[in-house]
Amino acid sequence: MPRTASWVIAVAVLAAVPLTGLGKYPLHLLIMILLWSFIYTSWSLMGRFGLVSFGHGAFMGAGAYVVTMLWNHFGVTPWIGIPLGVALAVVIAVLVGYPCFRFRITGHYFALVTLALTEVARLVIVALRDQTGGSLGVTPKTALAGGESFSVFALQFADKAVFFYIALVFWLAALWVWRRVDRSMARYAMLAISQEEDAAASVGVNVTRTKLVITVLSAAMTALGGALYGQYQLYVNPDTVSGIGISLQIVFAVIAGGMYVQLGPTVGAVFTLLLAEGLRVAVGHDVHGLDTFIYGFLLVIFIIYMPNGILGKILERRGRRGTAVPAGAPAR
Amino acid sequence: MQIFDIFFLEAVLNGLLFGGVLALLALGLNLVFGVIDVVWICYAELMMIGMYTVYFLYTVYHLPLVLAFAAGILVVAVCGVLLHVLVIRPVLNTEPINQLLVTGGVLFFLQAAATLAFGVQFRNLGLSLPSLELGEIFLPYSRIYAALTALVAMVVLYLFLKKTYLGTAIRAISQDRQIMPLMGVSPGRIYVITSAIGGALAGLGACLLVLQYDVHPAIGLTFGPITFLICVLGGLGNMVGGFVAAFIFAQFISVGGYLFHIEWGYVMAFVFFIVMMFIRPQGLLGGKG
Repeated sequence: MPRTASWVIAVAVLAAVPLTGLGKYPLHLLIMILLWSFIYTSWSLMGRFGLVSFGHGAFMGAGAYVVTMLWNHFGVTPWIGIPLGVALAVVIAVLVGYPCFRFRITGHYFALVTLALTEVARLVIVALRDQTGGSLGVTPKTALAGGESFSVFALQFADKAVFFYIALVFWLAALWVWRRVDRSMARYAMLAISQEEDAAASVGVNVTRTKLVITVLSAAMTALGGALYGQYQLYVNPDTVSGIGISLQIVFAVIAGGMYVQLGPTVGAVFTLLLAEGLRVAVGHDVHGLDTFIYGFLLVIFIIYMPNGILGKILERRGRRGTAVPAGAPAR
Repeated sequence: MQIFDIFFLEAVLNGLLFGGVLALLALGLNLVFGVIDVVWICYAELMMIGMYTVYFLYTVYHLPLVLAFAAGILVVAVCGVLLHVLVIRPVLNTEPINQLLVTGGVLFFLQAAATLAFGVQFRNLGLSLPSLELGEIFLPYSRIYAALTALVAMVVLYLFLKKTYLGTAIRAISQDRQIMPLMGVSPGRIYVITSAIGGALAGLGACLLVLQYDVHPAIGLTFGPITFLICVLGGLGNMVGGFVAAFIFAQFISVGGYLFHIEWGYVMAFVFFIVMMFIRPQGLLGGKG
């Protein structure tokens, strides 16, 4: 199948990138793109079905902070910390998601409830400043003080290439999950739900359960992404892993890339990061806010003129139907 | 024990005054939502524009404070109209969530524009109003004026909506947007007027806030989330509900902040919000959503 072949070639090329002796900075950019693509793809699992969550900062924060706190205060390895962080995110997702879906909180209301959730997460992190370092953020204690090049126990690696492969594997896994959901009955159930909940329920779709499964999946993956982000950056800050700013960043990057297509969130990550970095190189560090300025402007334009995002628009132009632009995409 | 009670009372009174300001902020957002059915996620950023306008006119161009306030209100009212005409109107008939997202784009845009234009410094008017002393309780006059102005503004808006022809048309549109065009009311025109009033209310809020808080590009993120949550808690579009919710929120923040720490006050308010959404998703005083 040429499609499979092109995937294999693309992944092989990507996997070979660190071997080409690429500088640290381009490699860092690639890692960031892969990590954010992972998180954005996780968000889009919900977003594509009209479950627009402004609360993913809470899940990301749960992942990043549980791992870092356990490591710093108790010396617990991230190998245990990451599952615990993901578990916490799942608990939060169920606690908030179940009543939301049970009581039919949808659309604007769902978005605003999740917005409150992400602010709760950020404020709790700030309020526990004695443990978390508050708004100043916190650095996981280094396990490489003795000059070692890596520590599997602490999940810390001096060589960026290692993290590149980790991020690559997780990104591919997220795409695989996206595909699995896309090919599953849950997709049809979710599409039906996003159109008309009562009608979906009347044909035997368990509305609450289906939504909850998708939400838990998305939350767990986002927490994992948060934990990886913290381990890679070796610095977490309530404003960079949770809160309204990061939650909106997730939503809008996905919209820019394309919410309804598999690689849309990835395109969103590439687009937003290259825009920010490109401007930084072009005009320097001194001009604060220029990237967000252009980005915000483009978002407004995107939502008005191409709500299916960059990749969605390209695929639409090329006239590819079927899985490319599913029925869930607003017909326009 | 005596000391505790006095400070507790002070926290409650400060909460009441803070509630007045929050109620005013929620009012504009509620009006816009009730009539146009759109949530301005960038509402607090409009307020920020008003705060900057007042700041520059007063401190740099030395305009009298009253004129600076009037200009601030006017500027934000115009911004409200521009927001509606340029950004909201094109997506008015698409998926409802697009309207939420598009104003989110405006949020980023305005925040970054302020950063570009004015830098990230905190700026204030350099005014310090005295405090009212009631025994051992200190209440800043800026808060008292703010709460009183907020109350007056709410009464004026109420009378406008109830007693004037235009106000009646606005209320009618919010009740049934299909029928009103048949009655000779143009929804497009009403939307523009409502956006101007919503903007003016945000501008008034900006004038009250600039007396008490420093203005900086991220100020919107401080007041934005609380304002939406108050509106939702009171039932989006329900102005009386928003009014009640504002005072509840302010008490949580003020008293919770006094008893524990200011962030815990906010955490409690937000958790209360999430729990209330499950108990009364239609809002405190809302009918069937």
